[in-house]
Amino acid sequence: VLELIVISTLNGILFGMLLFLMASGLTLIFSMLGVLNFAHASFYMLGAFFGFQISRWTGFWPALFIAPVLAGALGAAVERFGLRRVHRNGHVAELLFTFGLAYVIEEIVQIIWGKSPVDFRIPPSLDFPAFTIFSTNYPAYKMFMLLVSIVIFVGLLAVLKKTRIGLIVQAALTHPHMVGHLGHNVERIFMLVFGVGTALAAVAGVIAGPALVTQSNMAALLGPILFVVVVVGGLGSLPGAFIASLLIGLIQTFAVSMNGSLAGAFGPLSPAYSHTWLADIWDVTVAQIAPIMPYVLLVLILIFRPMGLLGTRET
Amino acid sequence: MSELTSSIAPPYPTVSEKLKFYGVWVATGLFLLALPKVFGSSGALTMFSLIGISIIFSLSYNILLGQTGMLSFGHAVYYGLGGFLVIHAINIVSANKLPFPLPVIPLVGGFTGLFFAAIIGWVSTKRSGTAFAMISLGVAELVASSALILRTFFGGEAGITANRTKLMRVFDWNFGPQIQIYYLVAAWTLIAVVAMYALTRTPLGRMCNAVRDNPERVRFVGYDPHVVRYLAFCFAGFFAGIAGALAAINFEIANSAYLGAVQSGTVLFSTYIGGVGYFIGPIVGAIFVTVLSLNLSDLTSVWQLYFGLFFISVVTFAPGGITGLLMMHRPLIRGGTLGKVLPYYAIALIPALALMAGLVLAIETIVHYMVSPGDDPNVKAFGMSFNAASPVTWLVALFLIAAGFVAARKTWSRLARTWDDALAAARDRGYHA
Repeated sequence: VLELIVISTLNGILFGMLLFLMASGLTLIFSMLGVLNFAHASFYMLGAFFGFQISRWTGFWPALFIAPVLAGALGAAVERFGLRRVHRNGHVAELLFTFGLAYVIEEIVQIIWGKSPVDFRIPPSLDFPAFTIFSTNYPAYKMFMLLVSIVIFVGLLAVLKKTRIGLIVQAALTHPHMVGHLGHNVERIFMLVFGVGTALAAVAGVIAGPALVTQSNMAALLGPILFVVVVVGGLGSLPGAFIASLLIGLIQTFAVSMNGSLAGAFGPLSPAYSHTWLADIWDVTVAQIAPIMPYVLLVLILIFRPMGLLGTRET
Repeated sequence: MSELTSSIAPPYPTVSEKLKFYGVWVATGLFLLALPKVFGSSGALTMFSLIGISIIFSLSYNILLGQTGMLSFGHAVYYGLGGFLVIHAINIVSANKLPFPLPVIPLVGGFTGLFFAAIIGWVSTKRSGTAFAMISLGVAELVASSALILRTFFGGEAGITANRTKLMRVFDWNFGPQIQIYYLVAAWTLIAVVAMYALTRTPLGRMCNAVRDNPERVRFVGYDPHVVRYLAFCFAGFFAGIAGALAAINFEIANSAYLGAVQSGTVLFSTYIGGVGYFIGPIVGAIFVTVLSLNLSDLTSVWQLYFGLFFISVVTFAPGGITGLLMMHRPLIRGGTLGKVLPYYAIALIPALALMAGLVLAIETIVHYMVSPGDDPNVKAFGMSFNAASPVTWLVALFLIAAGFVAARKTWSRLARTWDDALAAARDRGYHA
């Protein structure tokens, strides 16, 4: 049991950090532009596919840098030539623009790389067990993923809190007009933040691609969970997004590793009910309902704390 | 108080206005009756039925998006649950020989939608704006995933089926042939459209608009925006359930795709493309998108890509949708200045069409090399045949895109200037809308 707890905690933190890599960019973009970027998970997917393609030509390590830069440039272009135009049509139009963008990106990825998973492998230099706890080999690649996400997390924090650019960005979040009057190009800051945010999502894509499945539906699978993270954490709250990412990462990995069910706890259902819908609820294991756990959490949070964990704003 | 209301109340409609108003509905009813006499093939009847279902669904969605300003990414939940319950209802009714004919069965779907909207809506309508959109998405995922877990009720991936012909008969119809289903769908469409139009004319419908435009002021006046949003949500759920019920009756099956994100996305697409600002918008959008999705797949293999690009361009360039674009011309027509603009339209259309043709050529060529590079390079899309391997095609595509883009920018900005002049002239003559 202790083994299970340790491994699940590690995996949970890892998944949570990956979620935060994406949620941080999403939250920053939301605070700035007031738009939830529906296509954010699509940039994560683009990161994975760019990483796959580039690593075939140059190997994994250059791909780890080139793919996010490409995706970030694409994100900045989307902001500059797309969102900025749509801005005057209102918030709903902006959200729908990113919604349509997510749809188009998925179609394009399907056209280029097909619908089935691509063979994106862990680089050989990281393909060994890092350490062994309780007879389980923990892969080095997962430790590498954890390391990358923590480094980026610390780096982002340092840039935001300690540097001049970070201060300007923080000021532009709340007082864009004042920052503009002080002589900064607010529009360029917006574009920069959008580009960096999407690049962060792409980093998550490149490092998660080999460990998870790189497939054209990965954005559609992860996107909703990402939005749960930002709503549960409180829209626009970076610390909230951090807590929510870890929370959801841990909940999901622990649920996956648990096999308990109502039947296991209270004994099997009497045969009279074995073909009714009650049997479905009775026999389902915790592992099977793991995919819906984030959404259950979302509903619970909404009932008891509609603002989200650390949210302050109403909308 | 009574003095105040009487002075604010609009003048009582004259007889001719009343005749015009009811005439439109009667004409629509006659049109629906006569439609199968003109297009009687089974393919056409199926398409009309699908359009009718889509119209109800899109209009119910517009109660949220257009009337109350709530962007939902999970409206298919109520559609799908309505469909599932209806399949179960048909099975129960036919197994027990209960005296319910098929035409009243869609009410089961409606009340299912209403029931679940009443439960889920109370929580999700607490927030508006972006938070509401994300919540609707989360709830939709929750329901769609749960449907795959509760296999006995939802039938897993295969779904559940029913036989619609085994119910009590009315007028000796067994609702086996598509023509009878068409009339069933048409009747329900007319009822639902009238009901939803009536809803927009009620005080509740007006309060919905107020909540959309300025929730703070609504609170000052003494209404609770949460309650107004909640009531709108319940009505939307009810009509979505009816649409889902008709879909289930039409296909005699309900599966998890009914509840899923694709279905929610489709209704969002058709409503927005049609135009959320006018009552008729979602109807136009439902017809347009249904016809497009049924026919576009014959023209090109990557029709979803074009569809997505089309949606993005509607959001970017025509946020009012198709109806919004058409209604823009109303002051010009009434002011008699439309004639000045039309020639510029004709001029601006040519480079725009060239640009589009170039883009289609480029996309189809790229798709050819990405998907099936070994195949015959003679590609056929949208009725155009061309050789994807020949450099001539590439050059033509590049030329069309570049020249079309430059010329389109010039001609459209000229069109915009003429447009503004024409609108100003129409306003001078007193036609504002």
